[in-house]
Amino acid sequence: MQESTSTVSLGHREDRWRGELNFDSRMRRARLGLAIGLIGVLMIFISFTSAYVVRQGLPTFDPATNTLVRDWFSVRLPGLLFLNTIVLLLSSGTMELARRRTLEDAKSADAALSAESRIPWLALTVLLGLSFLVGQWTVWRELGASGFYISTNPSSSFTYLLTGMHGAHLLGGIFALLAAGTVTLLRRPIESRAVLIDIAGWYWHFMAALWVYILCLLEFAH
Amino acid sequence: MATGEFAGHIPHAHAAPQSFIRKWVFSLDHKVIGLQYYFLALTAVFVGMFLSLLMRIHLVWPGVSLPLIGDIKPETYLSLLTMHGTIMVFFVLTTAPQGGFGNYFLPIQIGAADMAFPVLNMLSFWVTFVAFLVLIAAFFVAGGAPLHGWTGYPPLSALQSAGPGEGLGADLWVISIALFCIGALMSALNFITTTLDMRAKGMSMMRMPLTCWAWFITAILGLLAFGVLFSAGILLLLDRNAGTSFFVPLVTVNGIMAAHKGGSPLLWQHLFWFFGHPEVYIAILPAMGLCSQLVSVFSRKPIFGYKAMVYAMLSIGILGFMVWGHHMFMSGISPYTAFGMSVMTMAIGVPSAIKTFNWIGTLWGGKIRFTPPMLFAIGFVSLFVTGGISGPFLAQPVLDIPLHETFFVIAHFHLIMGVASIFGIFAATYYWFPKMFGRMMNERMARLHFWFSFVGTYAIFMPMHYTGMAALLRRYSQYTELAYMHGLAPLNKFITYAAFITIAGQFIFLFNLFWSMKRGEKASDNPWEATTLEWTTATPPPHDNFGGLTPVVYNGPYEYSVPGAPQDYLMQTDAATKAVGH
Amino acid sequence: MGLALLLVIWLITFISTFIFLAKIWWLPTGASAAAAGIDHHFTVTFILMGIVFVAAQVFLGLFVWKYREQNSSRKALYTHGNNTMEIAWTVLTAVLFIGLNWASKPLWASERFDPAKSGAVQVEVTGMQFQWYFRYPGPDGKFGATKPELIDPSAGGESAVGLDPADPASKDDVVTGTMYVPVNREVEVILRAHDVIHSFFIPSMRFKQDAVPGLAIHMHFTPIATGDYEIACAELCGLGHYKMHGMLKVVSQEEYDKWLAAREAEKQ
Repeated sequence: MQESTSTVSLGHREDRWRGELNFDSRMRRARLGLAIGLIGVLMIFISFTSAYVVRQGLPTFDPATNTLVRDWFSVRLPGLLFLNTIVLLLSSGTMELARRRTLEDAKSADAALSAESRIPWLALTVLLGLSFLVGQWTVWRELGASGFYISTNPSSSFTYLLTGMHGAHLLGGIFALLAAGTVTLLRRPIESRAVLIDIAGWYWHFMAALWVYILCLLEFAH
Repeated sequence: MATGEFAGHIPHAHAAPQSFIRKWVFSLDHKVIGLQYYFLALTAVFVGMFLSLLMRIHLVWPGVSLPLIGDIKPETYLSLLTMHGTIMVFFVLTTAPQGGFGNYFLPIQIGAADMAFPVLNMLSFWVTFVAFLVLIAAFFVAGGAPLHGWTGYPPLSALQSAGPGEGLGADLWVISIALFCIGALMSALNFITTTLDMRAKGMSMMRMPLTCWAWFITAILGLLAFGVLFSAGILLLLDRNAGTSFFVPLVTVNGIMAAHKGGSPLLWQHLFWFFGHPEVYIAILPAMGLCSQLVSVFSRKPIFGYKAMVYAMLSIGILGFMVWGHHMFMSGISPYTAFGMSVMTMAIGVPSAIKTFNWIGTLWGGKIRFTPPMLFAIGFVSLFVTGGISGPFLAQPVLDIPLHETFFVIAHFHLIMGVASIFGIFAATYYWFPKMFGRMMNERMARLHFWFSFVGTYAIFMPMHYTGMAALLRRYSQYTELAYMHGLAPLNKFITYAAFITIAGQFIFLFNLFWSMKRGEKASDNPWEATTLEWTTATPPPHDNFGGLTPVVYNGPYEYSVPGAPQDYLMQTDAATKAVGH
Repeated sequence: MGLALLLVIWLITFISTFIFLAKIWWLPTGASAAAAGIDHHFTVTFILMGIVFVAAQVFLGLFVWKYREQNSSRKALYTHGNNTMEIAWTVLTAVLFIGLNWASKPLWASERFDPAKSGAVQVEVTGMQFQWYFRYPGPDGKFGATKPELIDPSAGGESAVGLDPADPASKDDVVTGTMYVPVNREVEVILRAHDVIHSFFIPSMRFKQDAVPGLAIHMHFTPIATGDYEIACAELCGLGHYKMHGMLKVVSQEEYDKWLAAREAEKQ
């Protein structure tokens, strides 16, 4: 049995131990994890989409006429929904700025740059995200006021379902951003912060893209 | 003491925790988390087994009133079978092989210090644990546990008025499953990232043990499938509580119209089985990977056809997403779709057959050692064959006409998924116990356990093929009403007696497990003379698995009886004696 | 231990195969036109898969005994496999499995692709917790309308299926709890369900189809022997699932006509 402990130089690929992992490797691993996780989330919304498409086309038995009829009547989407979309897309913009700036900080030699004199892009993103969610809640109240509740008809069911599920996931993203904000305020190492904000950022962009998809599905897919 | 070639001395990312809470409760160490999953599954399997025993008693003696439990009413029987299926499929078969052994041994077998995301790992266990508590709670709420079967078809599962247990019990059932999905997705994320990003130097994908391939592919299946089940669960929860009609058309229950219209019961079935079919592969793939491992180690021979084994598992994974319709041949789907799905189903039998040939091929010309893990591996092959053979009957829609929903189906999935997978869990326990606890499990008790289980499970499930062909239907709480079923009573009795005996045998295992932790013969670091990385490290492994060293891999995982080598096994980290052709 | 394994594996294999071959328990006697074809294909599948089953278990048992570690001087065979064999058995298995399935296609097609022939006896079968009802269209050949709000299971018969008396076509509809059909004529069943999914299963007719709420599923079968055949529900439908059964009575054409006429007369 050989028992040698020859030292092999630790290059980029050998650094697989989290503590000693260099920044690039940590970032790559975190992004890989996020990408994989997002596939899981995507499958949830793909399932909802397939249920949506199937339900749209499904004829249902109308007891009044004893025939099969299509009972899909698209809910008219309140205009506020489009305003909310703009808010969310803006928040994606501020998020990207926060992400890039933190990444620059992490890579630059001058890692101890303070954040006081700079625009708090992260905080702005949280604000815009919360505005979006409040806006969505308002849309729900508007729908309710015009008589469309979750159980009213299939189209309204899906409207509430898709906006609700997206909102829940976005709320999760906001928690991630708050965590990122907290570690910033607590002055944790810049590299850890950069990884967290980068992941939160990509998640945020995914949520924005997902929202645009949901909006198109609700608005255009008849 | 770590052996083989190691590179440098690197401190582990997080130092070993000290407090009891950080060490044993909210541990970030994949080994502890693996054990937590394992013991959750162990608890679940005894609960699930107990439920099935009650079912078997009721089928043979419907009028009997049991101590503590009392009468088993028809609805009670149905909730027993619902909970039996749910507990076994989710909290045993999807928990022990992957969450249990996968968590413990994937990082070690690829040469890593931990999983990619230890905090996520810890969370995924606790979410799963809470899911189990929520499920068990269903027994204790008003109305009791649901009676709609583990497959939960609406409208039965969507209407609170459709039966006892379909109230809060059914809501808890859905919530439990939804939580389980979240835990499973988190775990899948971890397994995939770890396998892709944390393999040690020299551990290429094609040098990974087949256990790692199995856990990796299982995680991919889980990633793609659990989201779909989650969605179905949300839709069902809404139908049950928010008045939506995703799955419920216009129905009248006992003459009273329900406040639903326009939904499709088939939509649930499509979503459920799109998850459900990959789920059965999630349940069996880790056991297949382990079987490959064990027949190689204990025949002292490389696995026959490593590449074919990898491709077979990949094919099973991919094809597994294209066959879900075979659960719905009689549901009212288009017969053309049905036939298409059946062709794919027959196709998926091919890679499974290849794996079986390769296991048998590994035994051929080997030098077989009948250790407890090997006994269960051999048992696994036999049970997998038997369970697999009934598949091509059910896969052909025209033969599914007489066989669907009969005990023939129950025989099929219990043998190929239930028992075979459980044999994999037993084999894994006997195999890795020395590494996890530093002691050997008692061999005499292990052999006894094997014979009870092997003969016992055949005695239980082989007769179900016969009752199934004779059209005995499943999910019937008693067989007193249809004349043609009366003649099958003796066979049913036989099955129940066999169940009693087999279940009794499982207590030998339970005793052996705990007794050996304290009194088992002390184990060396590599008692089985196996080649994979877990056997290069201390017993039990230190907090960072390799004592601060990074393994460097030179050989494939199955280099046994290499001609010209000093001994009949070559560690993966052994640089001195290079194997031929790897 | 190797010998013990061989003996036990072979014993289990041979005993269970013997019981299959001796047909101690088997499919019930077929009484429909489709049964012969289905049963024949079942037998073909059984023989082919039986051979695979026995061969695999025999080799497994044989190898664990033959290649047991006996003396330390014999070395195990060092090989990583054989690609030719892999290809060979992959192709053979694929041909066997897919070929077998393809051979069943004409049977499936005749059962399910093609609708019932014209002139078939029409029966609407409705499942509800926990009873089957059978409706015949009567001399006018048309099923009357049903309305969900008229459904009243406790009243049985026409009320149970919610027959709408306002529809003229309903007047001659006959609703019974027992299914009568004439022998040697194709029967078209229209399957419906009121509350949850049920499944209409007649073992002797090799007939099974789920009855799904919201759907009216058309299927057909042709009984070829007179007699009484039990009907069972084959999809979990609630606590009474085990006792949701019915009876199919296959009688001569004359008896069927007489029975139907008697039911019509009762309605006057």
